[in-house]
Amino acid sequence: MILGAGQAGGEAAFRLRANGFSGAITLLGEEPFLPYQRPPLSKAHLLGDMAVEALFLRESSAFEAADIMVHTGARAEAIDRAAREIRLSTGERLGYDRLILAAGSSARRPGFARGELQGLHVLRSIADVARLRPEMRAGARLAVIGAGYIGLEVAAIARKLGLAVTVFEAADRPLARVAHPMTARFFRDLHETHGVRFEFSAAIAGIEGNTRVTGLRRADGSVFACDLALLGIGGIPESGLAEAAGLACDNGIVVDDSMRSTDPAIFAIGDCCRRPIPLYDRRMERLESVHNALESARIAAFVIAHEADPETPHKAPMLEAPWFWSDQYDVKLQIVGLSAGHDQIVLRGEGPCFTLFYLMSGRVLAADCINMPGDFPGARKLVQERLRVAPEILRDTSLPMKEILRLAAAPVAQSQ
Amino acid sequence: MPKVTYIEHNGKEHVVDATLGASVMDAAVKHNIPGIDADCGGACACATCHVYVDEAWLGQLDKAGAMEQSMLDFANEVETNSRLSCQIKLTAALDGLVVRMPASQH
Ligand SMILES: Cc1cc2nc3c(=O)[nH]c(=O)nc-3n(C[C@H](O)[C@H](O)[C@H](O)COP(=O)(O)OP(=O)(O)OC[C@H]3O[C@@H](n4cnc5c(N)ncnc54)[C@H](O)[C@@H]3O)c2cc1C
Ligand code: FES
Repeated sequence: MILGAGQAGGEAAFRLRANGFSGAITLLGEEPFLPYQRPPLSKAHLLGDMAVEALFLRESSAFEAADIMVHTGARAEAIDRAAREIRLSTGERLGYDRLILAAGSSARRPGFARGELQGLHVLRSIADVARLRPEMRAGARLAVIGAGYIGLEVAAIARKLGLAVTVFEAADRPLARVAHPMTARFFRDLHETHGVRFEFSAAIAGIEGNTRVTGLRRADGSVFACDLALLGIGGIPESGLAEAAGLACDNGIVVDDSMRSTDPAIFAIGDCCRRPIPLYDRRMERLESVHNALESARIAAFVIAHEADPETPHKAPMLEAPWFWSDQYDVKLQIVGLSAGHDQIVLRGEGPCFTLFYLMSGRVLAADCINMPGDFPGARKLVQERLRVAPEILRDTSLPMKEILRLAAAPVAQSQ
Repeated sequence: MPKVTYIEHNGKEHVVDATLGASVMDAAVKHNIPGIDADCGGACACATCHVYVDEAWLGQLDKAGAMEQSMLDFANEVETNSRLSCQIKLTAALDGLVVRMPASQH
């Protein structure tokens, strides 16, 4: 039984079959859709360049062919671990031998924005886009709360569509939690060049309007007038059912290297889990990315298939350095690795095309490639293989990444 | 609808009726053809949609773009007919296209 029919849940179902799992597979999802990809929701799909049909990851015929039973529009309300059953909102009960929790994450809502109000938006799903898109009319005033990836991507699309955009951010720069000030500076300039206004160190205290948003109220009492507002202040894990069922949760359902929760029959994958990342000394992380969804799904599918049939050899999935991308205007940002703990920054390139390497004791921990798609695959290898490279080599744009990898491939690579 | 034949590394063939304008990767993933992972969903960022284009069809395709080429530089077991299938858009002229998959995408 897979609870949550998103990117991770769908992948787990097909990977179970690819691993030869022959038991019944049920994929249960609250949304009325088969699994779809979310990244385009704040990119091509929001702009109107990508139809809903193109979002779906697999055709319904593929689910039939793989004998995966999909229940869409079905919300799970409780997990009964003793009986090994899921209770649906309809009261129906479904039994399981193994349960994979893949319920994703939802938009964080500040206390002042809990209620439903016309013109107040979040962006996590197809339904959210369907509600937001018709309000994105040229000339409308959009207030984006939070300068994270989703907020900035929506700001970029809104400018393309001719809206007036102001981004409110509590920190003193965009992407404050995830990127170095240098990358942040680049994105601030990029958006300002495209006509986005920023208010940093902003404290929003409330939303104005009775049935419809008319403005944002700052902590000092002043009001910013707008026609619509988007909340982009991050996600919270959908771990409520797990918590209620007594599974260990701490900013996500806590799992081990096999994606197993504190109940051996229950696994958790994707945005809703917090798992050890082998590349970073098994530090526990909750990540919201496609890579994390796919990799965790593949691990769980491998482990479950192997337990069901230990005689057959199963190929363990390749573990890769976490990676992520974001598109804003015509800028492509590609990130590999987790930069936390870096003690040095190395800049390669300049102007609108550069790669920023994050090093710790000489080891390449992470990299932000901005309009440097040529650097990205090489940077992935450096991070993945925990290589050390001298800063002057990384900085030297006359050396292609292939050459840098060759120079880096010294025995020190094995040392961590 | 252009037909595409996908041949797994073990020789198993799959024929897909693809949608015009979709990519060779899209058509494979939507029909769950084994051997193409396409982790990035076509953003040309993962190189897990690597295929070998049948020699007879190579002439019909545009050359790989700069971004695709740099991804391919780091893929495994690259050959002269290697392409990233997410970067091949299906046109009527490609009806009958044949591609083969590598042993593994990772
Ligand atoms: C707008 C947007 C842009 C993004 N852009 C990028 C990007 O550029 N690159 C990148 O790597 N990542 C991006 N992400 C993140 C990425 O999409 C997620 O990390 C990924 O979708 C996580 O997969 P998941 O299966 O864990 O969760 P989801 O795909 O969110 O699926 C979870 C599913 O579970 C269902 N569910 C929840 N609770 C229940 C319940 N009780 N009963 C039944 N069903 C339930 C939900 O309805 C949902 O359909 C983006 C996300 C968003 C929202
Ligand atoms: S799908 Fe990722 S590069 Fe083609």
